[in-house]
Amino acid sequence: MIFLELFYVFSKIGIFNFGGGYAMLSLIQDEVVNKHHWMTINEFTDIVAVSQSTPGPIGINCATYTGYTAVIHEGYPTWAAVLGAVLASLSVIWLPFILMVSISKFLIKHHDSKAVTSIFSTLRPVIVGLLAAAALMLMSKENFGDPTESPFVFVLSIILFLFAFVGTRLYKVHPIVMILLCGLAGLLIY
Amino acid sequence: MGIYTDIFLTFAKIGSFTLGGGYAMVQIMEKEVVDKKHWLSHEEFMDTLVVAQSTPGLFAIDMASHIGLKLKGVTGGVVGALATALPSIIAILLIAMFFQTFKDNIYVEKVFMGVRPCVVALILAPCFTMARKAKLNKYNWWIPVVTAVLIAAFGVSPIWCILVAGIGGFLWGKLKD
Repeated sequence: MIFLELFYVFSKIGIFNFGGGYAMLSLIQDEVVNKHHWMTINEFTDIVAVSQSTPGPIGINCATYTGYTAVIHEGYPTWAAVLGAVLASLSVIWLPFILMVSISKFLIKHHDSKAVTSIFSTLRPVIVGLLAAAALMLMSKENFGDPTESPFVFVLSIILFLFAFVGTRLYKVHPIVMILLCGLAGLLIY
Repeated sequence: MGIYTDIFLTFAKIGSFTLGGGYAMVQIMEKEVVDKKHWLSHEEFMDTLVVAQSTPGLFAIDMASHIGLKLKGVTGGVVGALATALPSIIAILLIAMFFQTFKDNIYVEKVFMGVRPCVVALILAPCFTMARKAKLNKYNWWIPVVTAVLIAAFGVSPIWCILVAGIGGFLWGKLKD
């Protein structure tokens, strides 16, 4: 039964996803391509590319796309495929959600306890480091262009990066407005 | 506007602009949830980041569940989580159904060449606000530096950094007593 399988596989993917998006790609690939043959490796690469250019967490994107494609491949009509897509997406969410509820309730209850206070006072500086690391790792050729092969793209990317950084930091431009502005700039200039 | 509608609309908006993974939405979420709606203080927002990072599941969804839960219990959490996921489900469904060639579209690629560096800046920018809110001083400035180097240069999982720092903080608290 395809719907039960989707539910099982994506629940598993959801609960084993520590540390976000890209960490879970190899897990998804193993389940969806190698074990269940719901899509080919090429289709999988395509969905990763699509995920990078659509909103939302990559895990949800993969689940939605796989749910739809897998049900269509089984010969069901479109409405059933839409149902499969929604089911797969919700399967990724529900187990971590229950876990999150328990942890949050515990933290809200013990918010003022000495132990929780001292743990969080060390963890806050760590989060600053985590964000810095995420930004550093994204400063790559894929995102900024190759300085030797495409110097124009590289220079323009640096300018857009500085523009977005200064704009949101100093002039308090809303991040959403900034994304739209940079997207428009890309469309007009390239 | 009811509080549930408010939670739903706020997180649907955040979900719609989460391009390039969970971290990119940190600044958008901080702006909406802390600056505009005053649902959380800056400190509480950072604690939410810690919790979301150290539990399984998708970062953005975890954040939304935790904030929704803080505001309105389990129902608030469900509304927040679903609202964050909804825009991406709809977008991918439309692409799966109608636009198989979406990613090959030259205009889409042009827009994203502009958006990608912006997303990196959006991830970097909140570090500076947070450094102040995390009360960084001459005794603990090395914590974020060591964390960033371990993760970015040595490929250490963020989970380990959080675990070690959490245990360290707990022991340090005990030691001071």
